[in-house]
Amino acid sequence: MANELIFLDAAALAAQIAAGDISSREATQAYLEQIASVDNNVHAYLAVDGERALAQAERVDAKRAAGEALSPLAGVPLALKDIFCYEGLPCTCGSRILEGWRPPYHATVVQRLLQADLVILGKVNMDEFAMGSSTETSGYGNTHNPWDLERIPGGSSGGSAAALASFQAALSLGTDTGGSIRQPAAVNGLVGVKPTYGSNSRYGVVAMASSLDVPGPFGRTVLDAALLHQAISGHDPRDSTSIDAPVPPVVAAAKSGDVQGLKLGVVKELGGDGYEPGVTAQFEHALQVLQAAGAQIVEVSCPHFKYALGAYYLIMPSEVSSNLARFDAMRYGIRVGDDGRHSAEEVMRLTRQAGFGDEAKRRIIIGTYALSAGYYDAYYGSAQKVRTLIQQDFVKAFAQVDVLVSPTTPSTAWKLGERVDDPLAMYKADLCTIPSNLAGNCSGSFPAGLSPDNGLPVGFQVMAPPMADDRLYQVGAALEAGMGSTLSQLVGSEAWEALYV
Amino acid sequence: MADMALSVAEVAKLADLARIELSDEELARLAPQLDLILQSVAEVSEVAGADVAPTSHAVPMENVFREDVVRPSQSVAAALSGAPVAEDGRFRVPQILGEE
Amino acid sequence: MSDDLLPLAEVYARYEPVLGLEVHVELNTASKMFCSCATEFGAEPNSQTCPVCLGLPGSLPVVNAKAVESAIRIGLALNCEIASWCRFARKNYFYPDMTKDWQTSQYDEPICFNGYLDVEVEGEVFRVPVERAHMEEDAGKLLHLGGATGRIQGADYSLVDYNRAGVPLIEIVTKPVFGTGPKAPQVARAYVSALRDIVRALGVSDVRMEQGSLRCDANVSLMPIGATELGLRTETKNVNSLRSIERALSYEIQRQGAILADGGKVKQETRHWHEEGYTSPGRSKETAEDYRYFPEPDIPPIAPSREWVEELRATLPEAPAARRRRLQSEWGFTDAEFRDIIGADALDLIADTVALGCTPAAAKKWWLGELARRANDAGLELDALAITPAQVAELQSLVAAGTINDTLARQVIEGVLSGEGSPGEVVATRSLAIVSDDGALLEAVQAAIAANPDAAASIKAGRQQAIGALIGAVMRTMQGKADASKVRSLIMESLS
Repeated sequence: MANELIFLDAAALAAQIAAGDISSREATQAYLEQIASVDNNVHAYLAVDGERALAQAERVDAKRAAGEALSPLAGVPLALKDIFCYEGLPCTCGSRILEGWRPPYHATVVQRLLQADLVILGKVNMDEFAMGSSTETSGYGNTHNPWDLERIPGGSSGGSAAALASFQAALSLGTDTGGSIRQPAAVNGLVGVKPTYGSNSRYGVVAMASSLDVPGPFGRTVLDAALLHQAISGHDPRDSTSIDAPVPPVVAAAKSGDVQGLKLGVVKELGGDGYEPGVTAQFEHALQVLQAAGAQIVEVSCPHFKYALGAYYLIMPSEVSSNLARFDAMRYGIRVGDDGRHSAEEVMRLTRQAGFGDEAKRRIIIGTYALSAGYYDAYYGSAQKVRTLIQQDFVKAFAQVDVLVSPTTPSTAWKLGERVDDPLAMYKADLCTIPSNLAGNCSGSFPAGLSPDNGLPVGFQVMAPPMADDRLYQVGAALEAGMGSTLSQLVGSEAWEALYV
Repeated sequence: MADMALSVAEVAKLADLARIELSDEELARLAPQLDLILQSVAEVSEVAGADVAPTSHAVPMENVFREDVVRPSQSVAAALSGAPVAEDGRFRVPQILGEE
Repeated sequence: MSDDLLPLAEVYARYEPVLGLEVHVELNTASKMFCSCATEFGAEPNSQTCPVCLGLPGSLPVVNAKAVESAIRIGLALNCEIASWCRFARKNYFYPDMTKDWQTSQYDEPICFNGYLDVEVEGEVFRVPVERAHMEEDAGKLLHLGGATGRIQGADYSLVDYNRAGVPLIEIVTKPVFGTGPKAPQVARAYVSALRDIVRALGVSDVRMEQGSLRCDANVSLMPIGATELGLRTETKNVNSLRSIERALSYEIQRQGAILADGGKVKQETRHWHEEGYTSPGRSKETAEDYRYFPEPDIPPIAPSREWVEELRATLPEAPAARRRRLQSEWGFTDAEFRDIIGADALDLIADTVALGCTPAAAKKWWLGELARRANDAGLELDALAITPAQVAELQSLVAAGTINDTLARQVIEGVLSGEGSPGEVVATRSLAIVSDDGALLEAVQAAIAANPDAAASIKAGRQQAIGALIGAVMRTMQGKADASKVRSLIMESLS
């Protein structure tokens, strides 16, 4: 059975490593064993680098032994979404087109993790180029939800969430373009935060939609996520859209969890019809918990949020169609049809046909359409205007309340395969998360217990103004204190036993 | 925006512009899905008035520059490390049928 | 090539040519437009690349401040307005020399717009309206291998060097230029020449057409005289010298004239200039390219403050036209003489030579004489000759000091051009200095008199013209390294 070390949250593990009670090597070894035990069922990892992880762990142990000061998460093993460039390991982005590509450089956030002495266990699965809500668009097979292996782990950072929820890592990193951290966090009973756009560097993070993407942390607890958030955040001169300002006090907020007098606005447009009753029930329960902790609850209207999904599905594919153009078989990645008879252009076509899955093709074609001459104004141009209106909705709302709240996603984890051929149904999973990406403000999903309908995790979304990320953790910590851990209900359950079969 | 439907022929043209070869089977499968997606987002074009400024960058920022200073490049080997085919320190690519 | 051509006089009698010029200037910044890789010309292939300019997944651009500054200075020198707010845009198209399969450029928000440049052709001033000057990046370099020609058609495969990818470019586009009449090709040439002078004076580019740091695409259309609607135009690429601009446009004007005169319709297309003296059509595409421009999300907008723009305006060098007027009066040349200098494209060369101590007359004599002749023989632009203004100034100082004479100076020029070093070094290694040793000269004089008794007798008899034969004989003995007037006086002394 599992080594008990893996059940320590990251903050506790780091403290014990720093105190010398546990070595980072032991902890890393324990996680590698857990991966060996359960990942054949979960299939979160695409690549595990045990050797390098152990070497990193030993360095931390040596530093400690030498009496050097350790950073707050030193020695804690973590999983990286396969969208981050980490020199030495392949970076596939879940796509066959990048099969075998090894980036010759580290992403800035990876560099920061290494500088902070975290231990990188490996790279985890994701929807192809982060395009999906179930990790089923990956070219490397499905990842399974540890709460029910028949169900989706969410997406696109499904591997990051499933690895963390099945205790195959103490922390994990994801990216969020339209909900890709928050939705998987919600359906796995985890904390997942989309920081303010520009507050975390995108350098070395393979782009899906440049004006929406942001890397962010997953944690099993609010404090864990805050510590990881702190470790990766801050200005990066290699990313022109990086904000040159101090990181908000997220760790302090996660430790305090004081919501006395805080004004919470329930977004009228993000709820009601189309939401699973169990999701609505848990959301309301969470509101009561927060109210009991001293928060004020009011209803707020954001009239343009109903157009967010439409605007998103024009802006995102437009940027996708351009960002994914570089996968043309000339400089890296797979090459199909280079037999001396096909021209470069034909090789590009054949490679992109073979290398991209359906969802990538759909989005590239939609984006190509939305940007093409004669349609730009009606599609891309109009969507950018809606983006302005949504931003204005947020500004007005934040003039009335400190944070906005909603369910993270309308449903709990669905069955694998259920929405694969119904793109529109798939897209609706991001209904509540997309507005924050369009506006660039921060937003997080926090566990709100299990749905009474099916016993699966439900997420509670908190949205705050740009660079007020600390408020997310403040509310998240209050919720955690009032509701207890959702994830702890997995350990020892029937679903848990199934991981080991 | 009365008629926004995407025909199979239009999808084929767009795929061509995006350099994606599509088989007839793929076209037949994807075209109706794309048409549905486009119809579902069509209302976006009717929301905002002419007075609304479009937003291209989520966080307002201007004039982000770097100094004109040379830093070491990566090695030629690193540059070519991902190349499907390399020759003579260069990326080898299939024949190009085009104008220069 | 078998295009019908209508004689120029007939074309201009019936049609009005309308020009449009697109010039790309490669900036000489130390680092690239969006990354810190060096921009040096001729480095080992792919040795000046990084994740950014190779377009690797995950990489992001950061704008070079110097490139923005250079763009603004070019714009100001072209009398442009400078945008108070503008963005980069992605120009999306697939090509193996583009690492991201889009070019980071500017679209409907150029940094400089609405300017002009006055150019002079045969004493007449034409105002060329400048539509815009915008920032963008260069592409990699392709090498076509296999096949017989080394050209793209028929090649088996290509090799790509991305050292040039991401080098900053400024694209300067004119509005349609009307009213040039028969002078259209010369106006085009004068415009590019003036633009080159301005950019060179700004010090922001090497502007060497033969190295590709200045490239020109020449558009032209014809419309019947009196008409108001523009005709269909062609865009001629690969025009790599000032002379080619003029020739290519003359050719296109005659070709289009023949088509129109025959009742035909000009095909709107891209054409290629061949130095042999004709243009040929590029590969035609079934559908027009749709570049799907949109604002570059990875680069925040650029909003040059008015203070910054004024600071840059204060750094502008003297305008070329004003400089010409000043130099002409300083040098004391007539209008005709000065026109010759401009026509030979020798103004900067002469100015630089004069600045190094040479007299204007001597500088003009060398550049427009011997050097122009040699450039012409070699089929080179004058400034592409392997001799610098400093070397010409040195050459003239050797003449002035009596170390060499004009005849020897031509040998020195030959030595410099063939890479034998500075004029001083050539004089030394070729032993060209005039012999000032009277003993050796006197010996040669005596020998010449002895060998030519008839001539000596004639001179003694008062027939001075016979001295030529004796001087010639002495010069042959001295291998030209003697001062002829000195030889003459020594002969006269010896015979008196």
